[in-house]
Parts: sequence; C-alpha cells; structure tokens
Amino acid sequence: MTQHTALLLAGLAVLLALVSSVVSVAAIRVPRVLRLLVMPLFGLAGLAALAAGLLILEQGGVATATLPMGLPWLPSRVRLDVLSGFFLCVIGVVSVAVGLYGPAYVRGFERGRDSLTALGGFAGLFLAGMLLVVLADDAFLFMVAWEVMSLSSYFLVAFQHENAANRRAAFLYLLMAHIGGLAILLGYGVLASFGGGFAFEAMRAAPLSPGWASVAFALAFVGFGMKAGLVPLHAWLPEAHPAAPSHISALMSGVMLKVAVYGFIRFVFDLLGDVHWQWGVAVLVIGGISALTGVLAALMQTDLKRLLAYSSVENLGIIFIGLGLALVFLGTGHALLGALAFVAALYHVLNHALFKGLLFLGAGAIVQSTHEYNLEQMGGLLRRMPWTGLFFLLGCISIAALPPFNGFVSEWLTFQAALQAWQLESGVLRSLIPIVSAVLALTGALVAATFVKVYGVAFLGQARSRHVRRARQVPLGMRAGQGWLASLCLLLGVLPTTVIGVIDVIPRELLGAGLPQAAAHGWLWLTPVSPATASYSAPLVIVLLAVFAGAALWGMRRSAVRRVRRCDAWDCGFAPPTVRMQYTATAFAQPIRQVFGLLFHIEESVGQREDGAPRYQLSIADRAWSLFYMPVARAVESASRRVVRLQSGNVRVYLGWTLATLVLLLWIIS
Amino acid sequence: MNAIAWGAALLQALLYAALAPLLVGWIRKVKARLQNRRGATVFQPYRDLRKLLLKEARVAHTASPLFRAAPYIVFVSTWLAASTVPLIAVNLPTAAIADIIVLVGLLALARFFLALAGMDVGTAFGGMGASREMLVAALAEPAMLMAVFTLAMSAHSTNLASVIDYQLGDFALRPSFLFALGGLILVAIAETGRIPVDNPATHLELTMIHEAMLLEYSGRHLALMEWAAQIKLVLYGTLIANIFFPWGIGLDFAPAALATGLAAVVLKLFTLGAALAIGETVLAKMRLFRAPAFLNLALLLALLGLLSQVILEVGA
Repeated sequence: MTQHTALLLAGLAVLLALVSSVVSVAAIRVPRVLRLLVMPLFGLAGLAALAAGLLILEQGGVATATLPMGLPWLPSRVRLDVLSGFFLCVIGVVSVAVGLYGPAYVRGFERGRDSLTALGGFAGLFLAGMLLVVLADDAFLFMVAWEVMSLSSYFLVAFQHENAANRRAAFLYLLMAHIGGLAILLGYGVLASFGGGFAFEAMRAAPLSPGWASVAFALAFVGFGMKAGLVPLHAWLPEAHPAAPSHISALMSGVMLKVAVYGFIRFVFDLLGDVHWQWGVAVLVIGGISALTGVLAALMQTDLKRLLAYSSVENLGIIFIGLGLALVFLGTGHALLGALAFVAALYHVLNHALFKGLLFLGAGAIVQSTHEYNLEQMGGLLRRMPWTGLFFLLGCISIAALPPFNGFVSEWLTFQAALQAWQLESGVLRSLIPIVSAVLALTGALVAATFVKVYGVAFLGQARSRHVRRARQVPLGMRAGQGWLASLCLLLGVLPTTVIGVIDVIPRELLGAGLPQAAAHGWLWLTPVSPATASYSAPLVIVLLAVFAGAALWGMRRSAVRRVRRCDAWDCGFAPPTVRMQYTATAFAQPIRQVFGLLFHIEESVGQREDGAPRYQLSIADRAWSLFYMPVARAVESASRRVVRLQSGNVRVYLGWTLATLVLLLWIIS
Repeated sequence: MNAIAWGAALLQALLYAALAPLLVGWIRKVKARLQNRRGATVFQPYRDLRKLLLKEARVAHTASPLFRAAPYIVFVSTWLAASTVPLIAVNLPTAAIADIIVLVGLLALARFFLALAGMDVGTAFGGMGASREMLVAALAEPAMLMAVFTLAMSAHSTNLASVIDYQLGDFALRPSFLFALGGLILVAIAETGRIPVDNPATHLELTMIHEAMLLEYSGRHLALMEWAAQIKLVLYGTLIANIFFPWGIGLDFAPAALATGLAAVVLKLFTLGAALAIGETVLAKMRLFRAPAFLNLALLLALLGLLSQVILEVGA
C-alpha cells in the first residue's frame, strides 16, 4: 500500500512539473509569473519526487499502474521500484535546489529579450520527461519520455539563440541525442523481438543467445553512453551544457546525465539480466578513458562552465568504472563484490548530482553577479560573495574527493571494490583492474589540481577586471539553493553508513545480493567487506579533526602573541604585487599541460601585436574532434553527396525508385 | 583495556607532533657534518618553532579569511593523517578510523588548502608554488596509491595495522614489495619536498615549490605550516620504516612494549634520515620538468609491484 502512495507521489511530481510548464505560458503577459509561480511549482515537483523516492527506498517493493494513454495494443504502464526510486531522489534533490535558486536567478532574464515562457515551459517539460523516463515500464513510454527530455533540453540549450555558438551547440546536441536515441531504440528492438513485446516484463523474459545479448548491450552502451557523455562520444557535452542558463546546466549535468546512467543500469542489469564479464571490460576501459581525458580537458579550460561540463565527463567516467567493475564481478560469479561496485557507482551518481549541481549554481551566481564566464577575468570573489564562496569551496572539496566530504566516500568504495580483484581467477582481469584503479588515482589527483585552479583563480587573489571588482552578494534564494546542496554534500560525506544502509536495498532487489557487512558495525563504522579488510569512520574523522583543531587553537591561545597585523604582501621583497602579476588559470595549468600535452591539439605561439607588445596565443582542441567526429562527419557528407545523384527532381524517376524498392521488399518477404 | 588503547593512541599522536622537529634537526645535523660544517644542534627546529609561535603574525591586506584558516586545516589534517599510522604500537583504535586510502585523502586535503593558501594573497610566487605543487601531487599520488595497493592486495586489507600484522606474521622477500618500496621512497622524497624534487633549504625564488606557497606566512601561522611539513616527513618515514621493516613495533600496550616500539622506530627513522641526508648531499636538484620523469619512475615501479603481485603471487 505504501508503495502505491509512493507511486502516487511520483505521479504528483510529474503533474506538478507539467503544470509549471503550462503556467509559464502566462509569462508572456506577466513576467513575474515565472519567479512567483513557475519556479516554486518546479521545486515542489522536485520535493514530491524526492519524497516518492525516499518512501520506496525505505519500504522496498514495487508499485505499478496503467496510464490512460499509449498505443491501443500497448497501454502505457509505469512502475516504481527501488532503482527508479533512487533516481527519483537524484532528480528531486537537485530540482528542489533549482526551485529555491531559480526565482532570483530568472529575475535576471525578466528585462532581457529572451522568452521567459520558453525558459519556464521547457524546464517543466524537461523535468517531467526525466521523471517519466525513470518511471516507464515499457520501451514505448520510455522512448517517448526520453525524446521529451532530449527535445525540451534542446530548446533550453538554444535559449539564448542570438549567440551563434549557442545555436551551433544546440544543433550538435540535437544531432547527437538522436543518434544516441536511435541506438537505444535498436537495442530495445533486439529485446522486443526476442521477448515478443515492448513491455519491460516481456523483455526481462526474452531468451537471448549470448551473441544477440552482446549486440543489445553494445547498442545500449553506445546510446546511453552518448547521452552520458562518455569519451569519444562526449564532444557535444562541453558545448551544450554551458550554453544553457546556469540552473538548467545544473539539471543537465547533475541530473540528465544520471538519467542516462539509469537507462544503462535498467537495460543491462535489469532487462538483460544475465551479464558477461567481457562487457564489464569494455565499460571499464571506456570509463577509465573518459575519467582521465575528461579531467585533463577540464584542467585546460578557462571558461568556468565549460570546465564544469568537462568535469562531468570525468565523473561519468568514474561512475562507469564502478559499473564496469560490477559487471566484471557479476559476470564471474562474485555477487557480493558486484554489489559493492554497484553501490559505489550509485553513491557516486548521487554525489555527482549534488556537487555538480552545487558548482553550476555557484557558477550561475558568479555569472549573474559579474556577467563573466572567463576565469582569467575573475579573482577575489570570496570577499565579495562570501556565501557563494563558502558553498563553492565545499563543492570543490567534495568533487576533489577529499575526506570527510561525499566525493571521497564513493571514490573510496570504488577503490575498495577494485582492490578485491585478487579474488578473480583470470590473470588478465587481475592486472587490468589495478591499471584502471591507477587511472582512477591519477584522475583524483588531477581533479584536485583542477579545482585548486578554479577556486584559487576565481575566488582568491585579486579581481582581474572592473566588473568582477563590483561583484555583489546574490539574493537569499540563490544562496539557499546552494546551501541546501552544500549541506547535503557534507551530510552524505559524514554519514556514509546510513546512506549505504538505504541504498543497499537496490542491489538486493536488482542483483540478488547486498552488502550485509557494510552497516553491521553501527552507523559509526563503514566496513564494506569486513572490518579486517577496510574500515572508515567519517564521523570520527570529523570529530578528531575538530578535537585536534581545538588543541591547536588552545595551544596558540596559551603561547602566542594573539595580534595579527595587516601589512602589504611580502612577495620576496619585490615591487608591490599588481593584479596582473597573479598566476592565471592558463599559467596554473601550464606544467600539467606540458606533461600531458600529447592528448590534445595544442597550438601555442608568441608573436607581436601591432603596437609591438608581445602577444601570447594558445588554443587547445579536443582530439575527439579530429579523430572521431570529423571523419564521421566527412563520411556522412560524402555519402550524402552520392545519394544526391538520385535526386533528379523528376517525378517519374522517383516513382521508378519506389516501384523498384517495393518489388525488392516483396521479393525479400516472399 | 579500551581506555589504555585510546591512551596509547593519544600518546602516539602527541609523539608524532613532538618527534617531528627532532627528525628534521637530525637530518640537518647529518647534512652539515657531511658538508664539513658543525651545524646547529639537533634541537634547533624546536627553537625555531618556539620563536615563530611567540612572534606577531603579519597578514597581507589582500588576504581572505581562508588565508588565516588554512594553517590550522593543514596542520590538523596532517597530524590526524599521521596519527593513523602505527608508530610505536600496532592495532591502535585509531587505525580503524582511517585506512590507507583515507590517509592519502587527508594528506590531499592538507595539500588542497596549502595550495589555495598560496594563491590567496595574489602574488606571483604563491601561484607558481601552488601550480607546481599540484603537478607534483598529481603524479605522486597515484604512485603512492599503487604502492600501498600492492601491500593491500597481498594483505587483503587496506588497514595499515592489518598490513603490518601480515608482514610480521609471514615475512618473505616478495618482488612486489621491493618494487613498492622503491616507488614509495621516490614518492616520499617528492611529497615531502626534498632534493632532487624540491629543496627545503632554498629561498631562491624560481626553484621553490613548497616554500613559495608559504612565502606570505609569518608568526604562528608559519610555525603551524612548518610543523605540518615536519610531521609529514615523519609520517612518510614511519610508513616506510614500519611497513617494510616492522620489527620492534609494540604488539600490545604494555609500557615495555611501547618503549621498545619507540626505541625501534626512533632508530629506524634516524637511519632513514641519515640516508636521506646522504642522498641530498650527493644529488643536485632537478629542473621542474625533469620531476615528471622522476615521478613516472615511481608510478612505474609501483605499478610493476602491483602487477607482479597480481600475476605472480596470488595464491602463493
């Protein structure tokens, strides 16, 4: 019965999202509607989704319902299980933050020329689409919801379409979303033809040969991987995500990518069911490559939002490393370890939603307050926007996987899963997994470097331009949205055992194995395998940090001169430092750029400007463009040039072609 | 029993803070003797810390609150990281709080704030130090993790206490451990800012890494930063000494066992310190862009250790 309440709440969430979409039509006449009605409704939808998710996670079990829509022979069915519930939480938690943050943020657009109706309307549709993807119980409803999600987010990416770069980004996004959608559709096609129906229930029972199962897996991996921004299919992501308004970027990076992860999990772990370890190897390798190239690309960026988008590629890489480990362990019959890796991946899904949402909201606050995207123009924002500065710092610590925050917990769990590789029989796997964990370690250290750069350049030091010097505190609502996510980052970092106790139900119901040991020693201790193998006590770490800090402060109180005198910076006694003498973001990344330069197309030149002053130029391009996208684009173009020859413009020729095709098809059928 | 165990853990934490300056003093003394100087007494670092603690702290006009908080965060997280490494006795309750990955994480937390503090005042040197520190860290941290993973895979545990128990219980000369030891030594040299990666004695502007980030600190803030760096040196020394040569460490918390453990670890640390001093005397500092080759060697050694472990030694 409670499961049914949860499903009703989820339905309410979809309804609220749709209502917020419809209401925003009124914004044509009354712009205030957007912030007074549409954004609060959006937040309420998020809250309902969060409540539904928590309820089903707490209860376990399944609830289904049939919607009065769909095809005549396939009524649309929705189903809420613990996996859907978890992703409802992920969607809900960020949507609540956006609901808090949005009213003050969209106010900035009220005086602009952009259509507020489009902003509110498509955002509501986008949320409803994502919620329905998670709830769908047949491939038809899934694909419809998936397309609603993709198309509405296309319009949000194209929102500021006066800018040609945004139009280009939106087109690329649309194109890639559809290629991905096609692959997913074909994947479902394979399952449907063996299972005899589009309902997920029929697909679960489909008797698949290993060959066809691998085909379906490959199609799903390409389709969902495209949406999740895995390398080498990621090139659209750093173009599209930054182009949207910041609260939408938070939803796209924080949540929509997770919906792709949901699709992948649902397809591979639930519908295919019987997994092979070879799939896990493919996922591991692609995940590792995505993590490393994603963070390196992020490190090179100077545009704050692009940097955050590249960092999403990296984080999705980490999630897929976790899923790859889970597939390897499950495929070789180690259900318990599979569950461990699976929980690590899910934990990172939630964490990334929180801190990436937080960081994008912070970036939005900076943009609204300074109208600046370029890190090279920022500086000293901590003193001008102390709250945003504090929350952004917490986000940076979380994403850099530093204890005692949440990013560390999921990385720790992933390492723990990888360290169980000695239990595998195959020597190849035993050596592959350590290499992937080396990549993960390198990624983690580079993420720290990236976010030291971001925070150090944007928030510390001195303002590098006049409009940044005039930055002001953002309104309370925007701070509240960030504060909500920042406090959850801390909470999920300090109470990992409690969180895992809740998530544990998902592998138990989906994979048939949970982590009985994880929470066996009370909320204080996290022991994923057994206490002798590994233990971590985040609450005690934070308590001891506080105790030691108290001791240090107390010691200072007793022994030191308490005064602090303000003076000019020392800087080795040279001339007083000026703003332009500070290290820039480009300069900060230079050593690492030199070490890892081979992975990018880097063009660096020092020339002269017309007035004789030196001029330094640097361009960094993603190799995915030259190695993958451009060849494909050229091949498509030359193929279409050949097809053009059929287009003579003469109706009789077209009729001839139609007849020929008809005859050919009849011949094939008979 | 439990109270005694926590008492021993507290004692160990205090010992880390108390012994750290002594090791630095010892290394400086040995170096001075090797260079035909008399050198200051081994207790000089204590005097330096005391002097700094009693001095007035000066903070640049342009510094943000983060600048004043960072020394405490750096000191506290380094100190906490150190207290999870068994120094005089194994199986302390602190060992269960944080395993070896958390240890690396706590050191990374300290480094994160150290680098941010370097960038805070907005001077050129601070940014330079932070940028270089993050480069060194980005290459050293994976090598460190790979080296400790080699041990963890053998001992089937990432808890340092279990790893040491494993070493004590069934010691064998494993090729993987030799590789891991080599990797860890290189990482330790890089992470603690010693020659040939960084030079702790220099204030020559263009070659600094660690010192460049501390340039704006004075008084008690500088004392905390310096002290944290000294604790970090002891931490890495203890890690190498007690994991690879665990003999003598106390197995219970009886005063005699603890005393033996202390004597043993001091002896081991002084030997390692002397070796470091000799190495620093015969080597010259490398250019910054030679450091990646040095650290890649560390990563390669650690990875070789891990691979030889998973391929050759599983089941053995």
